Amino acid sequence: MATLNSNDNKEFLVEKVLKNYSNNFDKVTAEHLSQIKRDKVTRPVIYIGMGTCGLIAGAGKTYDAVKKFLTENQTDAEIVKVGCLGLCSAEPLLDVQLPGKGRISFHHATEDRVEALLQSAFHRTMVAATALGQYKHPALEEWADVPYIEQHPFFVHQHRILLRHSGIISPYTIDDYIAQGGYKSLYKTVLNYTADKVCEIVEQSELRGRGGGGFPTGKKWMIAAGTGSDKKYLICNADESDPGAFMNRALIEGNPHRVLEGIAIASYAIGATNAYIYLRSDYEQSFVLLENAIKQAREYGFIGENIFGSGFNLSISIRQGAGAFVCGEETALIASIEGRRGLPQSKPPFPAEKGLFGHPTIVNNVETLANIPAILENGPLWFKSIGAQQSRGTKLFSLAGKSVLNGFIEVPMGVSLNTIVFDIAGGVKNDKKLKAVQVGGPSGVCIPSHQLDTTIGFESLQEVGSSMGLGGLIILDEDTCMVNLSKYFMEFLHEESCGKCIPCREGTGRMLKILEEITRRPREDSTHETLERFKGVVEMESLAEVIRDTSLCGLGQNAPNPVLSSLKWFREEFEEHIFDRKCQAGVCHNLRTFFIDVEVCNGCNVCQKKCPENAIVGTIKLPHFIIESKCTGCGICFESCKFNAIYFK
Amino acid sequence: MKDSLEAIFSKYPANRKEGLLPLLQEIQREHGYLPDEFLGKVGKYLNLPANKVYGVAAFYDQFRFRPLGHYHIRICRGTACHLFGSSNYLSELEKHLKVKAGNTSRDKKFSLEVTNCMGACESAPVLRVNEDFYPHVSPEELTRIIRSLKEKTE
Amino acid sequence: MQFNIEINSQQVAAKRGETIKNVLDRIGIHVPTLCYMNGFSPTGGCRMCVVEVDGIAGLVPSCSHPVTEWMKIRTHSPRVLKARKVIVELLLASHPDDCLYCERNGQCGLQDLAVEMNIRERKYHGERRKIQIDNACPSIVRDPAKCLLCGRCIRICDEIIGVSAIEVIGRGTDSRIGTSYNKGLNTQTCVKCGQCIMVCPTGALSEKSNFQTVIDALHNPDLFPVVQFSPTVPASIAEDFNIKASKDILNLLRAALKKIGFRQVFDTSMAADLNIMEEAACFIEHLKSGSMLPFFTACCPSWVRYIEELKPHLRTNLSTTASPQQIMGRLIKNYIASSAGQKPEQVFVVSVMPCTAKKYEADRDRAKDNSIRNVDVVITTRELVRMIRLLGIDFSALDPEPSDTSFSMRSSAGNLFGISGGHLEGLLRTVHQMITGQEMSTLKISELRGLKSRKEAKVKMGKNILNVAAVSGLANAKALLDEIESGRENYQIVEVMACTHGCINGGGQRLGSDEKSLKSRMKALYDVDDEEMIKVAHKNPIVADLYEKFLAKPGSGRNKELLHVVQCKTETA
Repeated sequence: MATLNSNDNKEFLVEKVLKNYSNNFDKVTAEHLSQIKRDKVTRPVIYIGMGTCGLIAGAGKTYDAVKKFLTENQTDAEIVKVGCLGLCSAEPLLDVQLPGKGRISFHHATEDRVEALLQSAFHRTMVAATALGQYKHPALEEWADVPYIEQHPFFVHQHRILLRHSGIISPYTIDDYIAQGGYKSLYKTVLNYTADKVCEIVEQSELRGRGGGGFPTGKKWMIAAGTGSDKKYLICNADESDPGAFMNRALIEGNPHRVLEGIAIASYAIGATNAYIYLRSDYEQSFVLLENAIKQAREYGFIGENIFGSGFNLSISIRQGAGAFVCGEETALIASIEGRRGLPQSKPPFPAEKGLFGHPTIVNNVETLANIPAILENGPLWFKSIGAQQSRGTKLFSLAGKSVLNGFIEVPMGVSLNTIVFDIAGGVKNDKKLKAVQVGGPSGVCIPSHQLDTTIGFESLQEVGSSMGLGGLIILDEDTCMVNLSKYFMEFLHEESCGKCIPCREGTGRMLKILEEITRRPREDSTHETLERFKGVVEMESLAEVIRDTSLCGLGQNAPNPVLSSLKWFREEFEEHIFDRKCQAGVCHNLRTFFIDVEVCNGCNVCQKKCPENAIVGTIKLPHFIIESKCTGCGICFESCKFNAIYFK
Repeated sequence: MKDSLEAIFSKYPANRKEGLLPLLQEIQREHGYLPDEFLGKVGKYLNLPANKVYGVAAFYDQFRFRPLGHYHIRICRGTACHLFGSSNYLSELEKHLKVKAGNTSRDKKFSLEVTNCMGACESAPVLRVNEDFYPHVSPEELTRIIRSLKEKTE
Repeated sequence: MQFNIEINSQQVAAKRGETIKNVLDRIGIHVPTLCYMNGFSPTGGCRMCVVEVDGIAGLVPSCSHPVTEWMKIRTHSPRVLKARKVIVELLLASHPDDCLYCERNGQCGLQDLAVEMNIRERKYHGERRKIQIDNACPSIVRDPAKCLLCGRCIRICDEIIGVSAIEVIGRGTDSRIGTSYNKGLNTQTCVKCGQCIMVCPTGALSEKSNFQTVIDALHNPDLFPVVQFSPTVPASIAEDFNIKASKDILNLLRAALKKIGFRQVFDTSMAADLNIMEEAACFIEHLKSGSMLPFFTACCPSWVRYIEELKPHLRTNLSTTASPQQIMGRLIKNYIASSAGQKPEQVFVVSVMPCTAKKYEADRDRAKDNSIRNVDVVITTRELVRMIRLLGIDFSALDPEPSDTSFSMRSSAGNLFGISGGHLEGLLRTVHQMITGQEMSTLKISELRGLKSRKEAKVKMGKNILNVAAVSGLANAKALLDEIESGRENYQIVEVMACTHGCINGGGQRLGSDEKSLKSRMKALYDVDDEEMIKVAHKNPIVADLYEKFLAKPGSGRNKELLHVVQCKTETA
């Protein structure tokens, strides 16, 4: 890990850069700054995207290969580990910046390709097609025939404010961020604005919570700011446990200092002197980066006592979650920090009045807080100008599932799902048809392909029965079984339910059971059973209403969403499962029907011996036959056949 | 060198309940799991009944009460991994390694865990064995991994 | 600050700081509850008590939601009724269909809810949770399959008893009430008080039943079954059979017990007098020793267990006098049996107690002489009521039967043992006599009476003044111990009863006892103290006789074997 730069840089960056409101730098300063920013480099710089997703794709081995290359070729170059740019399906990403030339980015730079890529870059013989793109820079020579990354379809529709520096600067050093203008907002705020003024600015910006609730952030702060309490807390919720959502992690790994700056300004606004970052325990790298960032910020005087001489004191510490999805809910999160089981509390009282250790507490999602520095930098009207009415600003989304391109993006609110799926994510993989887009995580809904003109926004998504959620988007193709997916989400929520309230604890179990009945074939399937299954689905809708109405927290209240939306848009799929006992997509294994190919079967009799239902008949050495009505779809015969004579539909 | 329990305690103020989770997390980092005999001591140090300490630990997925196997296999159950067939992989692993999810095999060679979304959705389905990640695991690759694990522990 | 709210279209006055339920209770509108407990802060967890409030999207829990001005509430709209019904149906889905075989058949909170919600079919089919029954403990049996996870048992064990013997383990439907690493209750900090049983709505918690053992013994020709009953039993029994508690209740109870088949009936209060004598002598020794720490009574087996398990360094401050139950048992087997021509091993002593911890006490290793148990079986007041009903005895048609043994004579001091503060009052009367040689001028110490959970008094003993305290609710005792050990308080005698208000509120008493019945039980015992002639233990002629013919001087000689216990190390892990 990179250590702090020398004291010279610290002095320079804080006094000359950070404290310079106007950004009018004299020639010497500008020159020095451009070196720190790596606009002007004297030796090659190699950037490797080493966020968690990059590492899983092999970036660690890429790093070793790069080092080996440099040693073997006795080349002096700087290696900079950066976070993730966002185009995860192109990782590992490797960027090369030669002195005087623009920064060029290579995709799929696995260890076996490093040698060739670096050779071609250093000798400027690279083939344009191996590059993802190059970064535009007015003062640097461009690479011929290499498109701009900014123009890449994945990036061109994005509006990167939060992700401005992700994958670009090093998250390991505070200097990179200050050089790019970081911590200026904090400085400006604590010296020029009262806490009330900051709340007012954020309220005017119309920023709404990014954790799913969408509550106006400024208003929320004002409640806490207005309580007369000697002790207040700010908690940054970085517990991101929605399956398929990883953009909060990427945000932290790309630029942890932006998050710290947001936390500091928020704490100032509400009058908190203690802030916690509640970080999901699985995010090991984020923990290391945040811990390092806090240490650096403290050493630079941005956190601690009497920040910038303003009299504002702040300490930030990290608390790791211990693996409970429900702890994303603010009162459960608070219980977890207090050392208790993560059970949500009935509200009122709200945490803003009585939260952590009984004191007023504001819990903000990490993305919400990451927006704060830019709002203070550019003003509330600037923020309002981005996005849509009622949903201002940008939103991070992670794209997963069957899209051509996967990763995470930042788009202005108001963009349509169509744009995201087809223009940004490149449509569906393998030329398959799009079936639906799952929005809002396990508490969200599936939006069918014919509704893709739905725009991103709190109200626009609510109109189709969804909430924004954290921002995970799953692209589903024709091979997805909607019944199976509903079962998957219900299983997840049932397991994550805290157990405190009966409707969620027992209700999700009942709904899960009904879905399980639909996706399995019992021993003796009769019309009675069919009727039971059908009744079950009708019951599910009635039960869902009560679960929504009575559950204590959002987990329970939104638990029925995925299945209800699937029922609404894909009812025929459910009916096919119930009545025809078929799974079109071929996903529900227990609904498969197996057949023996008489041309291939040599009558070895192995399958008949293994069938638990005695559903196979045949004499040795002659082709066998499966009795469809007895077959429960377990697949044991399929697995045991050594001659590939068995297939399923 | 493993930190002794006392050394770990000294990092947290006594009698303060809010130190419970970080303390337990640190013990697990050191020892791989939470041994029975430690919970009573944690309770005494923080002035909490042993049952409360256990009850809090048992609520969260992170805490283990049995040691891990020599090879700890984690399979991701995130949405993308599920779409790419991770639930089938789970049953394969259970069958061939003779260990159920959440448990350690009798011979302590393997332990199997189903984790929440690892956030590497572009690499779905994802498998993790100790510190090594296996992205885009195909059925053939899974068979190879299982075979290799069995060979390594013979 | 007062304001108006609207409930079911009626204007009602409410105050800031009240919950919706507070107001509903005041105006007499019943809303079903499950996790709610009187006197405990509400959690709004179970969602049984939900109501509809205009302007709030979902239904809100009335137990915890505060009232605000202009609030419009509907307590029994179709939406609310449907929600409550479904919640009960969900509970029923995974609840065992054991009603007909269950301990709590007819007295079950879930049955009551099902009746109230008018449930007529099993809508959801779930599976019975496969969790082992924990019955290692001699006092309490746990059947987690019947548990509704309402959490009341945990709250009482945490907040009133303060030992946290049980906790919710796990999450979601995997949650179950249990202990660390699934160990049985017997090896935990459980003090067997049975207060958890008193608040459990179902048969998930019940006392270890010794019912059948007693029935078998009564019909065993080789055994001579006798019974002793605690002073709290008469008044409690009267409640169960809807009889006004009066002087005759004691003799009615004797008649019932005889009808059941016991050959002799004893009153444990008599042994309480003996306990007072020995304990007074013990205390005076303690006083002479100059110890800074107080002398603690030791009749409450839960309190004794607490000290032995969690504060072993205070063991030497516990009275060594055996409890009245054990004294009576020993006396019966070693002294009274022979006068009835019985050998000790033939006599089968049953004691009827308001307490589940007494089962544990009678079962302890030290509670026997030469492998003959002092008390063979303990049954609770509840078990006795069932026995009376089983054997077809019509309580109201009985003729009162006076005692046929002189060993039933007791002073009203011994009789006070059932109430918190009562044991101390009785003890002080004899201590005073032993120290000063004179009777106390006023026998009644009003500071030690009443419903407070901690009662203190300064009692003049000749030239000295004794600081004494009676505390009930083990968590309160814990707090008091902290104060004593830190030097903030100084007492010479402390009486501790684990159950709030003492044995009248014990874990074996009638389920659903409320403050009204506690007050009336208390009054019954205080009335005995007012009305009876012999008010001090040392004037009980039977006691005096025993000391003359059979026992050594109080606190000395063979009394040590007969009437005292050795304070043990803990018997379990």
